Amino acid sequence: MMSRESRSNEVAIVARDLVKSYGETEAVRGVSFQVGAGEVVGFLGPNGAGKTTTVRMVSCFLPPSSGSAEVFGIDVRTRPREVKAMLGICPQEDNLDPDFDVLKNLLVYARYFDIPPDVAKKRALELLDAVSLGDRLKSKVDALSGGMKRRLILARALVNEPRVLILDEPTTGLDPQARHSIWTRIRALRDTGVTVLLTTHYMEEATQLCDRVILVDHGKILLDGAPTELIAQEIGHTVIEAWNHTPEFTAAARALPGRLEEIGDRLFFYPEDGEGAERFFDERFPDQERQIRRATLEDVFLKRTGRALRN
Amino acid sequence: MDLLRNISWRATRVWRRNIDVFLVTLPIEGLPTILEPILYLLAFGMGLGSLIGTLHYQGRVVDYLHFLAPGTVAVSILFWSYLEMTYASYIRMYYQKTFDAILATPLLVEDVILGEMLFAATKSLLAATVMLGVISAFGLVSWPTGLLVLPIAVLGGFFFAGVGLTITSMVTNISHFTVPMSLFVLPMFTFGGTFFPLDVLPTWAQPIAWCLPLTHVSLLVRSATLGMPHPMIPYSIAYLAIGAVVFGILALHRMKRRLVP
Repeated sequence: MMSRESRSNEVAIVARDLVKSYGETEAVRGVSFQVGAGEVVGFLGPNGAGKTTTVRMVSCFLPPSSGSAEVFGIDVRTRPREVKAMLGICPQEDNLDPDFDVLKNLLVYARYFDIPPDVAKKRALELLDAVSLGDRLKSKVDALSGGMKRRLILARALVNEPRVLILDEPTTGLDPQARHSIWTRIRALRDTGVTVLLTTHYMEEATQLCDRVILVDHGKILLDGAPTELIAQEIGHTVIEAWNHTPEFTAAARALPGRLEEIGDRLFFYPEDGEGAERFFDERFPDQERQIRRATLEDVFLKRTGRALRN
Repeated sequence: MDLLRNISWRATRVWRRNIDVFLVTLPIEGLPTILEPILYLLAFGMGLGSLIGTLHYQGRVVDYLHFLAPGTVAVSILFWSYLEMTYASYIRMYYQKTFDAILATPLLVEDVILGEMLFAATKSLLAATVMLGVISAFGLVSWPTGLLVLPIAVLGGFFFAGVGLTITSMVTNISHFTVPMSLFVLPMFTFGGTFFPLDVLPTWAQPIAWCLPLTHVSLLVRSATLGMPHPMIPYSIAYLAIGAVVFGILALHRMKRRLVP
C-alpha cells in the first residue's frame, strides 16, 4: 500500500517538544511530531497517556507550558483565531446546544466562523444529508440517539470546510453500526484530501483509519509509524495464544525462536517463524487448546504500554 | 493592557447565540421574572403604601408608591443580569459545555466573557424597559427624565454581570450559588435603597448600605423616574462604571484560568 504522505509534501501540523504541566505533574513531557497534508494520523495510548492533552494543545484549547506547534505554518500560540478557522474539532464530550434543533446547531456554529447565513444554510443541509440527519432538521438535540449526536457533531465540525479535522475519540460508546458509519464518513473525508488527527484507544479504529499511528504513554511518544510497519517491527507476523497448557508445552514453546509471555491463564507466543512453530505444535501437541492469529496493533500496544490497569 | 488585547467584535456572536436561545425560551422564563417585581409593587405598594402614605426623600414629600416603583426597576436590573451570569452561565459552561464548543471556533475566551456580559446587560435593559412601561402605566414616572433609566439599566447590567461571572468562575458546584445569594444579593435586595430611604437606617448601618451596588442603581433609577437630581449621581455612576470594568476584567482573568488552564 502506498503511503498517503507521498502524495503531497506539504506539512499540515508540526509540534516541537510540547510540554504541558499542571503544577507538579507533567501531563505531556516533550512531544514532537509532524502530520503531512492529507494524512490520517491517530494518537493511541491508555487513559491518561497525554494524547488528548497533546491534541488540545495543537488545536489552541490549551496553551503549551513550553514547546511550539504550527498548523499550516501558523503558530497556535500567537495566532489562535487563524488556526482555529482551519480546524474542524469533534470533542470527546457532547457539547451540542440543547436549546436549538439540529439545523440551528449548525447555523449558529457557522456564525462563529463568519460564514454568511445563506452559505451556511446550504452547507448545513448538505452536511446533514451526508450524515443521514436530513430528515431530523427540526429535532431537538436531546431527542437524538448517541450515534446521531456523534454524526451531528461531525457535521458541525465540517461546517467551516476545515483543512484539518481533529477527532477526539470519535466513536467511544457507539454501537457497531454507528461506529462503522462514522468510519465511512471519515474515510470519505480522507479521500477529499482533508488532514485528520484523531485519538482513540480502539486498535481496530486505528488500523482501519490511520495511515500512521503515534503511540503515547506517560506523556511521551513511544512509537510513530504505519500500523503494518509497527506490527511487523514490534511483534512479527503471527501470535499463538494457548490456554489450559501444560508445563511441557510452555517449555517446548520457550525452546523455539520467538518471544513468550504468560498472562493469567494464557500463554502468548510470538514466534519468529509462525508456520514452522504451528507445524511443530501440530505434531508434538495436537490436543493443546490454542489459536493462531495474525499479530495486531493491540499486541503492539500491550507490549509497549504494559498490561497494568490504568485509572 | 495585555489581558484586553484580544477584545473584539466577535463577542457579538456569543451575544447573538444567547439572544437566539432567549427568544426560544422567553415564553417560559420571561414571565416569572417580569411578574416578580410587579408583585412587589402591588404587595408593598398597595399594602405598605396604604400604611405609610408619604415619606420624606431629599427634602421633598414623596408618595410611597413613587418612591418604591424605581426600587422595583432596580431590582429587576439586578436579577435579570445577576441570575443570567450565575446559574445560567454556569449551566452553559459546566453542563452544556457551550463555552467549549465556542472555543473550538475562531472565538476566544475574551469573546465569550464579553458576549455573556453584553447579553446580561441586554437582559437588564429589556427588564427595565418592561418595568418602566408598567410603572408608567400606574403614572409613577416623570418624563422625559424617565428615559434615563435605560442607560442606567445597561450600566447596572454590566456591573452585576461582572460580579456574577466572577462568582461563576470560582464556583465548582451549582449549589454553591446559594452562598453569595444569601450573603450578598438578598441583603442588597432588602437594604439597597429599594424599599425605604437609607436615612431611616441607624447611623452605623448607613455607610454599609452605601457600599452596596444596588443602592447606587436604585439612586440613579429613582432620580430618573422622580425627575429629581441627587448630589450622589456622579459618584454612583463612577462606582458602577469602575466596578463593571474591574469585575469584568477579574471575571475574564479567572475564566481564562478555568477554561484554558
